[in-house]
Amino acid sequence: MSSSLLFAALLILTATSFYMGRSAAVAQRAATGQPLHSLPGYYGWYVVCWCGIPAAFVVVAWLAFETTIVQALVVRSLPQAIRDLPADQLGLIISDIRNVAGGLATTSANRADVMAAAAHLRWIQTVATAALWVCVLAAGIAGLLIGRRHIVPSLRARNDVEQVVRIILIIASTIAVVTTVGIVLSLLFESMSFFARVSPIEFLFGTQWSPMMAIREDQVGSSGHFGAVPLFTGTLLIAVIAMIVAVPIGLMTAVYMTEYAHKQVRAIGKPILEILAGVPTVVYGFFAALTVAPAIRAAGEMIGLQIAAQSALAAGIVMGIMIIPFVSSLSDDVINAVPQSMRDGSYALGGTKAETAVRVLLPAALPGIVASVILAFSKALGETMIVVMAAGLAANLTLNPLDAVTTVTVYISALLTGEAEFDSPKTLASFALGLVLFVVTLALNIVALQIVKAYREQYE
Amino acid sequence: MTPEAIRRLKRRYAAERRFKAYGIAAMTFAAAALLLLLVTVVGNGYTAFWQTQLRIEVFFDPDAIAPAGTTDRRRLMGADYRTVLLDAVSARFPEVRDRDGLRQLEGLVGSGAEVQLRDMVVADPGLIGQRRQVWLLAHSDIDMLIKGQTRLGDGARVTERQAGWLTALARGGDVDQFFNTRFFTGADSRDPELVGILGGVVGTTFTLLICLLLAFPLGVMAAVYLEEYAPKNRLTDIIEVNINNLAAVPSIVFGLLGLSVFINFFGMPRSAPLVGGSVLALMSLPTIIIAARAALRAVPPSIREGALGVGASKMQMIGHHVLPLAMPGILTGTIIAMAHALGETAPLLMIGMVAFITDIPTDPLSASTVLPVQIFMWADHPERGFVEKTSAGIIVLLVFMLVMNASAVWLRRKFERRW
Repeated sequence: MSSSLLFAALLILTATSFYMGRSAAVAQRAATGQPLHSLPGYYGWYVVCWCGIPAAFVVVAWLAFETTIVQALVVRSLPQAIRDLPADQLGLIISDIRNVAGGLATTSANRADVMAAAAHLRWIQTVATAALWVCVLAAGIAGLLIGRRHIVPSLRARNDVEQVVRIILIIASTIAVVTTVGIVLSLLFESMSFFARVSPIEFLFGTQWSPMMAIREDQVGSSGHFGAVPLFTGTLLIAVIAMIVAVPIGLMTAVYMTEYAHKQVRAIGKPILEILAGVPTVVYGFFAALTVAPAIRAAGEMIGLQIAAQSALAAGIVMGIMIIPFVSSLSDDVINAVPQSMRDGSYALGGTKAETAVRVLLPAALPGIVASVILAFSKALGETMIVVMAAGLAANLTLNPLDAVTTVTVYISALLTGEAEFDSPKTLASFALGLVLFVVTLALNIVALQIVKAYREQYE
Repeated sequence: MTPEAIRRLKRRYAAERRFKAYGIAAMTFAAAALLLLLVTVVGNGYTAFWQTQLRIEVFFDPDAIAPAGTTDRRRLMGADYRTVLLDAVSARFPEVRDRDGLRQLEGLVGSGAEVQLRDMVVADPGLIGQRRQVWLLAHSDIDMLIKGQTRLGDGARVTERQAGWLTALARGGDVDQFFNTRFFTGADSRDPELVGILGGVVGTTFTLLICLLLAFPLGVMAAVYLEEYAPKNRLTDIIEVNINNLAAVPSIVFGLLGLSVFINFFGMPRSAPLVGGSVLALMSLPTIIIAARAALRAVPPSIREGALGVGASKMQMIGHHVLPLAMPGILTGTIIAMAHALGETAPLLMIGMVAFITDIPTDPLSASTVLPVQIFMWADHPERGFVEKTSAGIIVLLVFMLVMNASAVWLRRKFERRW
């Protein structure tokens, strides 16, 4: 509530500053008779920059540090005995304090202390909010006044405003890099604390995966095993099944659409593929679990095969269906990019369409097709919802597609959903899995992009 | 031609026909898969828009609801409607006296009917002590049987006796189907007859709004810089490679980023559309940037030179001419990115939007869920009633996506200019 009020206040302040800057410039032109360097609006924007940027800085700084500072202050107010508790218990008490301050009841043993700290916290929060208001408005108004004083007809307002906009544009374009850095750092950071407890060797080469930690120290089998090889093989198995479905069908679709199909057929075929590409993965997951898996099981029973209810085959086939449009649209592009002269050459020698496609087009388009297959494979590795819904949690080390297997993505989500504590190897393991997934898909993607790049240069 | 040449030619033509048949088979497989998926979803889900109700005379017993004649809202909310309901149903079938029979009678109307009675009494306490004919929500299992989604016997959870009572009720015109408004106005619930999608829809709206507000300006600004200003140097190269790679990062990794940066580092609330929208914004940013750059590139140089020629600055040329002309293309790309974000589930699981939330979220900071996550959660329940509701949720989701994609296509058709 108070944040939207502050936002409204800032909006009013900037609007005022625009109006003040503009009218100041116009007034000075009338008074001095000097022509303005820029259009009057630029003087308005000039003052807006002076007013808005400092205020925005204050807000961002407050947002970044508020929680940390407030928490530190609250912890300092706690009695020594509580402050000396281990980090995880202290964290529990702090969240308890927050809850109490938010109006909930507490069940803590240190009831009195928690209540006192909650009152303290509420007081700090009131003070902090007031301080924020004062700082933001002070920064804004000070900026406004300074900017307003700069305005003279000869001020090069447009150039200055454009410089500011340019800097904002540069910042916007670095967000992508910042995101990547954020991903890498957060994955690395959390994985480090995981590898401090579980050795990377065990994680990468161990064959036993049972991440369920004991609740008590003295429980039997309390250690948990973090050998991720079953997950890796499961992921590969499902992805390979998906590729076996998607690559031939996607490729044949692309060849058919570019070389054979009439206009009318293309007008129907393209939208079908686009819809297939647009269906949310959660829908595919539901489809796999509800229709495909039971159908495969029933088919297996008919010929006397025991198929697991959550077989790798069902998940893989549905994932393959999901990836068909991906393979076909990328291959479509590269086949289309093969110069017409090569087709004509083949036809002139008497080649049929099929021979042209298989012996001329596909070899010519091969690098692009390989790249699209690699990209599709990396998509299959990172796909989550289908496997979460259709593959289950059984970490079997097997290459039998009729067995139940599980994947890296399934465990990333299973270990983190509904988990309150953050510091156990169990939750941290999902970051290590995420790191592996990120590195592998990134490598595949870079390879694919390199191939595409080399191929483009060939024909252009 | 020699006989051998004719044979060879025949073989080659056969291969040609075979190859074409493979192509047709591939296309047919894709189409059939899509058709099967749609048939599954629609076939399971279309009935969810109606709901079976049973007309039963209810005596709003003051002893059970408000012993002291109270009209206090809190007391009325917490009163024992189960008993009222049971009395009403067993009064309709007085011949049933055995314990097992009573339990089966109770099974005709689910806990949805209890909530219904509660809402009636809370809305009008004057009902207490009166007798009324009320259309009560049938239990989900009964609902499924009446709609023909399950049949008696094969795993259906309706007994022969219950089916007999239903026939008796139906003979008196006391079984009917009504439009399921609750499905469009309610939120999540443990009972399939009570669930609604509005909670998910509102959460999705907040999430997508946040995503749009963040990703659209940032994406357009980044595209303008990269396309119009950026010098060809190493930094620009890095940014470009980065954007391409970011587009291929698995969505679940973005969820991990959101969890460790937004929630653990910045201390933003779990399950909030604000966090979900931010994560989806980072995810859709590359798509928007790539689409916006293509749209900017398509504006012909003559426009730029014209603007510069009459004395516009570079920024004015972009702001007044290039960007407005590229806008339809940029918007098309943005809508497609948003449609993609609409169906995204995995990263939102990571940031806790997978909670069981029975209220409709009121602002972007309150705990909420989104439509695809809601579908995921319902899909986890084995009951037939939930299968129906899951499918109906998917129908709604697909309709949303279809509308968004259709508007993107419309926008492209309407404003596309060939120079």
